[in-house]
Amino acid sequence: MVGICSYGGYVPRYRLNRMVIFEAMGWMNPGTIGSARGEKAVANFDEDSITMAVAAGIDCLKGIDRSRVQGTYFASTSMVYKERLNAGIITAALGLKEEIRAADFSGGLKAGTSALLSAVESVESGRVSDIMVCSSDCRLGKPGSVQEMNFGDAAAAFLVGSEDVIAEFKGAYSTTYDFVDHYRGASGKYDRQWEDRWIRDVGYGVLLPETIEGFLAKYNLEIGDFAKIIYPCHYGAARKKLNKKFGIKPEMDQNNLLSEIGDVGAAQPLVMLASALEEAEPGQKIMVVSFGSGCDVLCFEVTENIKMRKGVKGISGYLKEKTALDKYEKYSVWRDILPGDLGTSSEVDLWTRWSLNWRKRKAILGLWGSRCTKCGTVQYPPQKICVNPDCGALHQMEDMLFSDKKGRIVSFTGDNLAASYDPPAIYGSVEFDIGGKFMFDFTDCDLDSLSVGMSAVFSFRRKYFDKERDIVGYFWKAIPVKEVG
Amino acid sequence: MATGIKDKIAIIGMGCTKFGEHWDASGEDLIVEAFEGCLADAGIEKKEIEAGYFGTHYEEINVGKSAIPMAAALKLPYIPVTRTENFCATATEAFRGACYAVASGACDIALALGMEKLKDTGYAGLPSAGTFGVMDFILGANFTAPGAFAQLATAYSATYGLPMEKIKEAIAHVSIKSHKNGVMNPKAHLRRAVTEEQVLSAPMIAYPLGLFDCCGVSDGAAAAIVTTPEIAKSLKKNNDYVMVKALQVACSSGEESIYNSWDGAHVETTTRASLKAYEEAGIKDPRKEINLMELHDCFSITEFVTYEDVQISPRGKAYDDVMNGFYDLDGGVPCQVDGGLKCFGHPIGASGLRMIYALYEQILDRVPEERRIKNARLGLTHNMGGVPNYNVVSITILGRD
Repeated sequence: MVGICSYGGYVPRYRLNRMVIFEAMGWMNPGTIGSARGEKAVANFDEDSITMAVAAGIDCLKGIDRSRVQGTYFASTSMVYKERLNAGIITAALGLKEEIRAADFSGGLKAGTSALLSAVESVESGRVSDIMVCSSDCRLGKPGSVQEMNFGDAAAAFLVGSEDVIAEFKGAYSTTYDFVDHYRGASGKYDRQWEDRWIRDVGYGVLLPETIEGFLAKYNLEIGDFAKIIYPCHYGAARKKLNKKFGIKPEMDQNNLLSEIGDVGAAQPLVMLASALEEAEPGQKIMVVSFGSGCDVLCFEVTENIKMRKGVKGISGYLKEKTALDKYEKYSVWRDILPGDLGTSSEVDLWTRWSLNWRKRKAILGLWGSRCTKCGTVQYPPQKICVNPDCGALHQMEDMLFSDKKGRIVSFTGDNLAASYDPPAIYGSVEFDIGGKFMFDFTDCDLDSLSVGMSAVFSFRRKYFDKERDIVGYFWKAIPVKEVG
Repeated sequence: MATGIKDKIAIIGMGCTKFGEHWDASGEDLIVEAFEGCLADAGIEKKEIEAGYFGTHYEEINVGKSAIPMAAALKLPYIPVTRTENFCATATEAFRGACYAVASGACDIALALGMEKLKDTGYAGLPSAGTFGVMDFILGANFTAPGAFAQLATAYSATYGLPMEKIKEAIAHVSIKSHKNGVMNPKAHLRRAVTEEQVLSAPMIAYPLGLFDCCGVSDGAAAAIVTTPEIAKSLKKNNDYVMVKALQVACSSGEESIYNSWDGAHVETTTRASLKAYEEAGIKDPRKEINLMELHDCFSITEFVTYEDVQISPRGKAYDDVMNGFYDLDGGVPCQVDGGLKCFGHPIGASGLRMIYALYEQILDRVPEERRIKNARLGLTHNMGGVPNYNVVSITILGRD
């Protein structure tokens, strides 16, 4: 049996109410008031498609031995690098072993389902098992556009394998058209789209239904065989029409989360699938449909194992942890739409030394430290000589992963002098629960909520951006966590 | 068996520029000015100097690397000159180098000079890029000096259960005291008294440190000429020289930053270096024996925890001493009698020698009555370079007898 063995989700902490966008930009396009409902999830200034994919991947891998993973497929239309394997960065950040395959899936918005399908078929080949599929998008609409209203940021991740399958793969059907409803050119920052009426009437009115029909015919199935139908259309009227056409009852129509997250592009069907799995029951069939340069239809059947995969935070968990982003200008600066002034002291030349990054890749991207095999002291960053003054053993270290551990804040500050896109820059010393200590940047928190002794978890984030050479540097930050109960 | 530096070295001359924003002076100009005063005070000729030690920290925005800029600026005649750099302990390291050169017998008279030109950066605060190396750029938090030191306050509050309002109250007193002393010193950078209300309502720089909890960023230079006690006696007929009693340096071992033994509420290196310095100087009860101190008050909270680290205030009790005025000009152990880093200013590579200069003029009774410490026989200077979890500390103890 091949299928999904685990799932995870991620929604960034900040939510931008669409009325805040309208208040800032509505003067330019008053018609966007029609889209100014609900809120959209917005990546923090230190997040992008890669960091969100890693966060979803971490959620997905909870309780799973990471050494069993044999592949990483990453799907996004907002890849951070055109050349440099984005899935390679994710692989290292997830602490996966290096003897694995990895690939980036991009281009059309069906890249997410294409990655999932490829993973399924890779595992079906019998030559590889346990492939991580991560998908995220972080697309930009021009200020004042409907896309700016609609687009949101989020990620989903799945482990595809043949053991402990929670949702068995039952078949797929694809169509591919050069139907250009949306596009971004090679150097485009903003999404461009053609007329809504055409997208709605031809795209969602003809192409998507044709693909679903083709799938149903191929497998001799009926829509009523499915407990959930997942498809990404955000046009309310078109959804109603499609639901009516196919007989998709309200309880079968998986929420597209437009009012909570927004249109997450290539990740849209997968975010919806991760949501659906949170509530799925054994025996249920789920249809996943993507739309963008054609469609993929994938069918899964939920197994008894789904009961064992409870406790992931999932999309619903992250949806609950939200903070309102009260300023449109802050969003604009974070996305580099508005060039904010970081101050003269920040104007330093940031050289990325690739040979060093290679040498230290495990410590930087994976948050691997070391453990002294002589005295047991764990330490980050990795040391040659044990830091325990009563030990001091030389060259007796083994690798130790810190990214999946918890920590405790021992000191902190909020710094208004440090150049930051979200001042004050908050940072402090964090002791790992397993021992060891390091001074981390904190993220996704407010100074007022902090205290010494608070718990923290670690999150893979953008550390710096070298605009001159187009390099994003990554490292880990601490997220303070309020104790529950 | 090592016998230490005690009573092996005498300071026979010192010079110090006014610290501040020297828009009209470059590094070389400051070097010349500090040297000029120092040489005149020593009463010797330039050619009698046999070795030089030059301290500067931010060479890239300043005179550049090596000791050559000082040798060339002073036209020293092809003598050995060495540059020292050890963060804020840079000038004390230059002084230590000069003392060790003389104590070793390699030369009779040596010059130590520290200089920093910071006000050509174009912004407030210190340049930070590259300071802690490439790995810190990749792994390190986006921190500044005030933020690194501010964490002493959050950790201290948690360790001793002292509410942050009380810490704020005490560190305000620390700054008010230094401002009061600085007003009286014509060479100080900041010469304006401040009130508690001003200090407590100042803009936040790095929680909980406000503007007046941070020292001035200044240009300046200071210099000392050292020799053997015998030569000092022959040159200074009225015994107008100061004896070195201890010179200690301690560097972080890495434990503070990545091991779990450090509470974050004190500075381990200061503790270690001061214990060794007292041992070297033969001091049994520092609270009673030390007459005055120049501590590294880069931030008020640093001075506050240092009171405990140098064994003057008991652990957890600095608050009581501060509020009782123990470190005020008329207190038990007056601190920052010249205004300190807070008000005299902090040109990184000059500060250690500026502190030694402050003790030197007090011990030799060269200061006006209004800021004179009665019976100043034994004083301590303390520099701390780096950040609380990763730093170098230098301690000197100087005395009259």
